[in-house]
Amino acid sequence: MNIAVCIKQVPATESKIKPAADGLDIDRTGLSYVVNPYDEFGVEEALKIKEQLDTGTVTVITIGPEKAVEALRTCLAVGADEAIHIKDDALTGGDALCTARVLAAALKKGNYDLIFFGRQAIDDDSGAVGIHVAELLGLPHVAGINKFELNADGLKAVAHRQIEGAAEVVEARLPAIFTCQKELNEPRYASLPGIMKAKQKPMTVWSLADLDLSAEDVGASAAKVKLEKITSPPVREAGKTIDGDTAHAVSELVRLLHEEAKVL
Amino acid sequence: MSDKFDVAIVGAGPAGSAAALTLAREGLSVVVFERGEFPGAKNMFGGVLYTTILNKLVPNFWEEAPVERQIVKRRFGLLSEKSEAAFEFRCEDYNAAPPYNQSFSALRARFDPWLAKKAEEAGALIIPETVVDDLIWEGDKVCGVKARREGGDILADVVIAADGVNSFLAKKAGLRKEFKWNVLAVAAKEVIGLPREVIEDRFGLEGDEGVAMEFFADSVAGMVGGGFIYTNKETLSVGIACSIDAFIGKKIVPNDLLERFKKHPSIRRLIRKGETLEYSGHMIPEGGFNQVPQILTDGLLLAGDAAHLVNASLYHEGTNLAMASGLYAAEAIIEAKKKGDFSKQGLKSYQEKLECSFVMKDLKKYQKVEAWAHANPKFFTEYPDLLLDLIKDYFTISEKPKQTIQENLYKKFRTHLSPLRAMIEINKLRKTFL
Amino acid sequence: MTKILVVSERHEAKVKRVTLEALGAAHALSSKEGGQVAALLIGNEVASQADTLSAGGAQKVYLADDPKLALYSSEAYATLVADVAKKMDATLILLGATAMGKDLGPKVAAKLEGAFAGDCTGLALNDEGAFVATRPIYGGKAIATVKCQQAQFQVVTLRPNVFPVHPPAPSAKAEIEKVTTTTDFSLLKAIVKEVLTVVASKVELTEAQIIVSGGRGLKAPENFKLIEELADALGAAVGASRAAVDAGWKPHSYQVGLTGKTVSPLLYIACGISGAIQHQAGMSSSKYIVAINNDPNAPIFKIANYGIVADLFDVVPLLIEEVKKLKAA
Ligand SMILES: Cc1cc2nc3c(=O)[nH]c(=O)nc-3n(C[C@H](O)[C@H](O)[C@H](O)COP(=O)(O)OP(=O)(O)OC[C@H]3O[C@@H](n4cnc5c(N)ncnc54)[C@H](O)[C@@H]3O)c2cc1C
Ligand SMILES: Cc1cc2nc3c(=O)[nH]c(=O)nc-3n(C[C@H](O)[C@H](O)[C@H](O)COP(=O)(O)OP(=O)(O)OC[C@H]3O[C@@H](n4cnc5c(N)ncnc54)[C@H](O)[C@@H]3O)c2cc1C
Ligand SMILES: Nc1ncnc2c1ncn2[C@@H]1O[C@H](COP(=O)(O)O)[C@@H](O)[C@H]1O
Repeated sequence: MNIAVCIKQVPATESKIKPAADGLDIDRTGLSYVVNPYDEFGVEEALKIKEQLDTGTVTVITIGPEKAVEALRTCLAVGADEAIHIKDDALTGGDALCTARVLAAALKKGNYDLIFFGRQAIDDDSGAVGIHVAELLGLPHVAGINKFELNADGLKAVAHRQIEGAAEVVEARLPAIFTCQKELNEPRYASLPGIMKAKQKPMTVWSLADLDLSAEDVGASAAKVKLEKITSPPVREAGKTIDGDTAHAVSELVRLLHEEAKVL
Repeated sequence: MSDKFDVAIVGAGPAGSAAALTLAREGLSVVVFERGEFPGAKNMFGGVLYTTILNKLVPNFWEEAPVERQIVKRRFGLLSEKSEAAFEFRCEDYNAAPPYNQSFSALRARFDPWLAKKAEEAGALIIPETVVDDLIWEGDKVCGVKARREGGDILADVVIAADGVNSFLAKKAGLRKEFKWNVLAVAAKEVIGLPREVIEDRFGLEGDEGVAMEFFADSVAGMVGGGFIYTNKETLSVGIACSIDAFIGKKIVPNDLLERFKKHPSIRRLIRKGETLEYSGHMIPEGGFNQVPQILTDGLLLAGDAAHLVNASLYHEGTNLAMASGLYAAEAIIEAKKKGDFSKQGLKSYQEKLECSFVMKDLKKYQKVEAWAHANPKFFTEYPDLLLDLIKDYFTISEKPKQTIQENLYKKFRTHLSPLRAMIEINKLRKTFL
Repeated sequence: MTKILVVSERHEAKVKRVTLEALGAAHALSSKEGGQVAALLIGNEVASQADTLSAGGAQKVYLADDPKLALYSSEAYATLVADVAKKMDATLILLGATAMGKDLGPKVAAKLEGAFAGDCTGLALNDEGAFVATRPIYGGKAIATVKCQQAQFQVVTLRPNVFPVHPPAPSAKAEIEKVTTTTDFSLLKAIVKEVLTVVASKVELTEAQIIVSGGRGLKAPENFKLIEELADALGAAVGASRAAVDAGWKPHSYQVGLTGKTVSPLLYIACGISGAIQHQAGMSSSKYIVAINNDPNAPIFKIANYGIVADLFDVVPLLIEEVKKLKAA
């Protein structure tokens, strides 16, 4: 089975985020980066399937700057077989649909039976790219899966996806796209031999030209959604700490919620 | 890939990376384990990098190394609760051309990854996010390390423990005992952001010039140690460092001492309107020459802070000693490899190189500083207060004739300190530092 | 003149509140220029819900009532939405940022080659009828303002509990137009086989007006009873921190935070939760936050409107009593 996982490098979750001076990006000085946590579930699931079938390859794909190669190496270290790094300056200013077009073009070049994405990237929190790609490639998709099983014939898969108060059990014919949610699995840590071997695994670098795409297809001019500015959220001021003995504090709290906040 | 390396290095601080760079350039296979998310991720120091050794490792390093400002000005301040007397030195010669006076302010989260990258480019394998828990032994010889990862046992001809002041490996190898609390200092530091122009105006700097400032006595509540401010491009490194027993004695924690420092009238003005960007704490091995452990055994060398190589006199040097020891350790290993002898005997040129260099010579020269500081608490409390009080009297304007003021001043001085005592103290000071 | 299509979503046989919020938002946007607000009702035997949509502000209801549409299908639903949008010449399509909306939104946008903005907390239309939306990014640590440019179709999902509903007009009667699905269900490559109802809290987290959440401070799974009792008394939903979920005290569907759900209720009560940045990512847009924690330095107090520094095992039982008293009064 040929499996692809689209991964993105994002600032670590504990990062302090503030807008850059021009307001068009965040201030990236001193940030450390990780593989988008949801994408890690995808990588883990791909590896599990490969191990279970004892055959196939797992390819990780990213679009990102030079630095994003670290994220690919991390995935190779845990066991992915190959990596594709798509980088091109012409990609700046694109929107999620542009990203999806590029990934779709790259995915078309491989013959993948299964394609995993994260439920969303925790930087833009958009949750769109995987689903966009499915539509562009005319493939079925199941979004936000927390359980996955391949049918014995290898032609279909059954996935559970979390919805409000319930789980949908969806059967999809392969090739198909799945976007991964927490609870799907526990991503593994890289073994030391894994890390060492990762340095030697194949890393393909593609530019837009390699994908027969141009800036007009996927760059700023193709974007339907344009980032106007990034601002800091309004600061939440710490409010009152209600002192006094517990019984008093509790009745004071209820009074405040009732009379001041008017939420009870 | 062979499963055995020529050298396994634990710690990608200045010591480990300097060693890795030197070894890899000679074509040895080198693996470096670093527990941080990336080299330098959690490392801190006060802030001045002395670069003579760095320039040997990476000639013309200033063209690419992420250093902040060249230090052209030094300032030592003595604080009491309300006053400050300072000595300041700046010299235009220090500003002539790189590498200036071989001193640059720097931030470790940027410098350490850069040096590690150099080693990586030379062929060393750097493995971050990986803790080494133990050594692997073959009889009495160290022959590898156990890293905390699946498949983490790695064999090597030689291991360099460059794992910093707490070096578990030195302890595990029985090369050193637990430290006493008086030979370790604890430091707390903040990186405080300010616009470039504000820093330059406030500290009297032009372009990339920088200043190193140290503050003693009341800056740290009269404890053995001091406070510091170093200027970076767009930040200040502001911190305090005092010996652990002083913290215990005063029942104060480093964070509170730093807050106290920042509120001192002399300091407050320098950091005004700055935004705290980072906070960190670290230990400094300040025991000097007498605390340097046995630095090698069969198959194992200690470098940098793990070998207690810090010159804690007025200079506060550590990174340069770390890089020097890394370089010498690597050279010794390269020689040992030619002989095929990685025993204590085969590696002993490491010891010799250290002893012939500024590293051990400087440590030896200042070996009495630590004992002097602990035996003479008055130098951190009473004497500075007295001195500042006298200076204040001297400059306080009144209708009293100057003659009277000066006589009173002398009287006050004598009631606190007899001339004989003063001579003795000054002599002690001279012997310790000069 | 902006025509807006709101895709209705139901829970059991009722229109979800977030749909009414979307209608409210649509009204606010269209009223300026006398545009049109329509709703699309999809499902099996859902015609009766049209009244709620009319009352909520829909001037027209497209009704796709078909047994084949009983269960959600990304492909079939998206095709319907796209067809109706084209048919009515809608430029803006609004959905709730729910499990369905988050799935359907990007799918429809790609089908129509349109613009997509997800999980928005603010929405305006400029003179050309193009959206200018604000949406939290980086787990709420920053806010992006995005603008649509040169797209005929614009798809936006709205974060629940943020947009006010339109004042109900019970007598309003929208024109109802039936639409049919063009999807050949036998060709669908992905189908929902069944829906497993998990016995979750009575109120759905993402839409709840009040949420009571428990964290590691609860110490043991059985102590979640306290949280549930308080939630019952308040008519609230129950949430949990990741620490509580990872310990196996509650399933992941309860998790609030970066890798859980994003909620913005009127009132969020955090009990025994430290307020790690990743937890805040999911709840910092709550209107009022109450923290109950015995550690005065817990970061949750930095964002709480009201805090009690005390043992939750003392506070929560008293709180349950007080709330009951208030409700009885
Ligand atoms: C407050 C303060 C101010 C200072 N000011 C100055 C100054 O102005 N100028 C100066 O030259 N020096 C200064 N120093 C001293 C200087 O920081 C040290 O001497 C120098 O960093 C020592 O380098 P090193 O490589 O030996 O150790 P470190 O820099 O401590 O590096 C050790 C590395 O090993 C890693 N490590 C530790 N254990 C393990 C393990 N088990 N497995 C894997 N990795 C491990 C650590 O993460 C770390 O990266 C200062 C120190 C402090 C604390
Ligand atoms: C990639 C990533 C994603 C993450 N995603 C999420 C997420 O989606 N949601 C999430 O919540 N976390 C998430 N986390 C984890 C997060 O960092 C914290 O670890 C977690 O939120 C802590 O949960 P807690 O507050 O319940 O536990 P703790 O941090 O252990 O806090 C327990 C609190 O209870 C208090 N307490 C203890 N006993 C009592 C008592 N008797 N009375 C009152 N108070 C008491 C303590 O003072 C303490 O403040 C994520 C982390 C990472 C790295
Ligand atoms: N630049 C990218 N490179 C590779 N995959 C991406 C990229 N951006 C997004 N993705 C994938 O799409 C998912 C959803 O991203 P988003 O729509 O940006 O929230 C992520 O979890 C990734 O799997």
